Amino acid sequence: MSDSKKEQHNLSTSIPHDTILSAYRQMRTIRAFEDRLHHDYKTGTVPGFAHLYAGQEATAVGICSHLTEQDQIASTHRGHGHSIAKGVDVIAMMKEIYGRQGGICHGKGGSMHIADLSKGMLGANGILGAGAPLACGAALADKLEGKGHVAIVFGGDGGVNEGAVLESMNLASVWKLPLMFVVEHNGYAQSTPQQRTTSVSNYEDRAKGFGMASATVDGLDFFAMYKTAGELIQKMRDGHGPVLLECRTVRFYGHFEGDSQVYRPAGEVENARKHRDCLKLFVESAQKMGISPKELKQVDHEVAELIDRAVQEALKAPHPALSELHDGVYVSY
Amino acid sequence: MTRHITLKSALNEALDQEMARDPKLLIFGQDTAGGIDAGGVADSWGGVLGVTKGLYTKYGNRVIDTPPTEMAYVGAAVGAALAGVPVVAEVPFIDFMGVCFDQLLNQAAKIRYMFGGTAEIPLVIRTMVGAGINGAAQHSQMLTAMFTHIPGLKVVCPSTPYDAKGLMIEAIRDKDPVIFCEPKFLYDTSGSVPAEPYTIPFRQAQVAKEGHDVSIVTYGPMVPRALDAASQLKQKNINAEVIDLRTLSPLDLATVLKSVRKTGRLVAADEAHPRCNIATDIIAQVTEQCFSSLKSAPQMVSAPHTPVPFSPVLEKAYIPGAEDIITAVTKAIIPHS
Repeated sequence: MSDSKKEQHNLSTSIPHDTILSAYRQMRTIRAFEDRLHHDYKTGTVPGFAHLYAGQEATAVGICSHLTEQDQIASTHRGHGHSIAKGVDVIAMMKEIYGRQGGICHGKGGSMHIADLSKGMLGANGILGAGAPLACGAALADKLEGKGHVAIVFGGDGGVNEGAVLESMNLASVWKLPLMFVVEHNGYAQSTPQQRTTSVSNYEDRAKGFGMASATVDGLDFFAMYKTAGELIQKMRDGHGPVLLECRTVRFYGHFEGDSQVYRPAGEVENARKHRDCLKLFVESAQKMGISPKELKQVDHEVAELIDRAVQEALKAPHPALSELHDGVYVSY
Repeated sequence: MTRHITLKSALNEALDQEMARDPKLLIFGQDTAGGIDAGGVADSWGGVLGVTKGLYTKYGNRVIDTPPTEMAYVGAAVGAALAGVPVVAEVPFIDFMGVCFDQLLNQAAKIRYMFGGTAEIPLVIRTMVGAGINGAAQHSQMLTAMFTHIPGLKVVCPSTPYDAKGLMIEAIRDKDPVIFCEPKFLYDTSGSVPAEPYTIPFRQAQVAKEGHDVSIVTYGPMVPRALDAASQLKQKNINAEVIDLRTLSPLDLATVLKSVRKTGRLVAADEAHPRCNIATDIIAQVTEQCFSSLKSAPQMVSAPHTPVPFSPVLEKAYIPGAEDIITAVTKAIIPHS
């Protein structure tokens, strides 16, 4: 414990103050976005269904803090956090989730299909594992372009067992693609525990089988995430091929909104919220690094305003015009 | 005594009674129990929308929560069935079939024929179809026609709780692979269902409403919409007959032809996209086989040729409804309207 603390303090000297604050703003934005949706789904004002990312913020932000808009990510059904961390406009995201005009996908996609190619966000995805082959293609394009850009594909501890992911790990290794496979290990595939979905307890064992470099990191510790992800991403930029990064994390809410999570052991979620909340851990560490409570409070305040505004604007935005039903298809009949 | 239960409960009852009848039968899929080995409640989900709830508690290890890897577990279901262990495997949404399509298209569907007729595959793939729950483009499709196209697969899509139970038991007892398409939009609709097990033979369409002016031929989630249209048309003195196909493969064309010969007019409706769907198939076969009985050009009602949009207002516009059927019927009756 003391060793890792020492490392954290050393690290603090290498992370600029602004970077820490900006990471906090993103993590807080994700949390506030998801908490607000959780509340609003219950009231029945939000259409469809959503899979919330709360609890896992340090993972998305720890990785995406190292990316530019030219680097591309492929996300999952639980994609709000990745989208926000990659810089997708929060108000346009909220409008999308409400299915309104001005939504990031014009209301056509909803929560599960948020995408913004201009930000290098290749899309959340309703099909488990489907982002991995797409990310191989993005990474191939990066490699051909030769400017050191990289691709990241996120997956959960269940979803990364899909054939599409395993085939992609092989392809990325054979082609030496600048592609990171992120395993967000939150312990559950929907309601099914990790040990029932995966033959190994450490996903690095999978990486070894494909000849890929890998690391495992405490996904609740932003600073550890930031450091490890940064090193791996730099290796990819330097042309060393794909990597796998397993992030041990927790999911606060159910698989989807409405899932009461009774399959989880009693007290597990409460305990996680108390002792394994990546935002609380972030605040503790950040304060030791010289970030003042006032600065953090200011961010909290601004984020709360932003989320309020996002919901207000989403509710005020008109529904798409019916003619839009036929827009965006290849062929019309 | 008449007993009303939901379509979802009717499916659950069919599975329950068949699990009790055949001790070899297995059920598997993603979260079919929900929470086995997680440390909390082990039978918490019963699949995404709860159809198999309670079966794990009753049948233990014969209800298996699989990894979320459709290719492996659907393929394993095909293999187990081939090896003599009947399986009901759940692919939560038909949209996910892309992940495991080869195991059905090239394996399950072909094996009996390729192996010279020597093999049996007592397999049911349960899957949810259709739009209407704001599930967006990858959780809402009506891909029944894709499976109907493939020789070697049987395709079922019930519209009532009674049919859901009888067809499910028939599907489980069938010796060939059956793609059992459950209209999720109708899960909570209630209807009269006998408590005891019974079967409804495949290739037996149902005349859901008798009429003599026009035949509305459809299946699954479009059936209640067609019945709604028929009751509205009755107020305009148009007496429509509604045919519920119930099974898309095998297809009971005889019932359709008999109806069209009586009414002389055809409206075929499918919630699928307009090209190469069940409605186009019905229109083609009717035109080929009883052209001279037709008093007007057959009309098709379908969803548009677009993915299913998320926006609730666009999704509502996407789903063909009673109004679209009424418009089509009007065209069939007054061709120049």
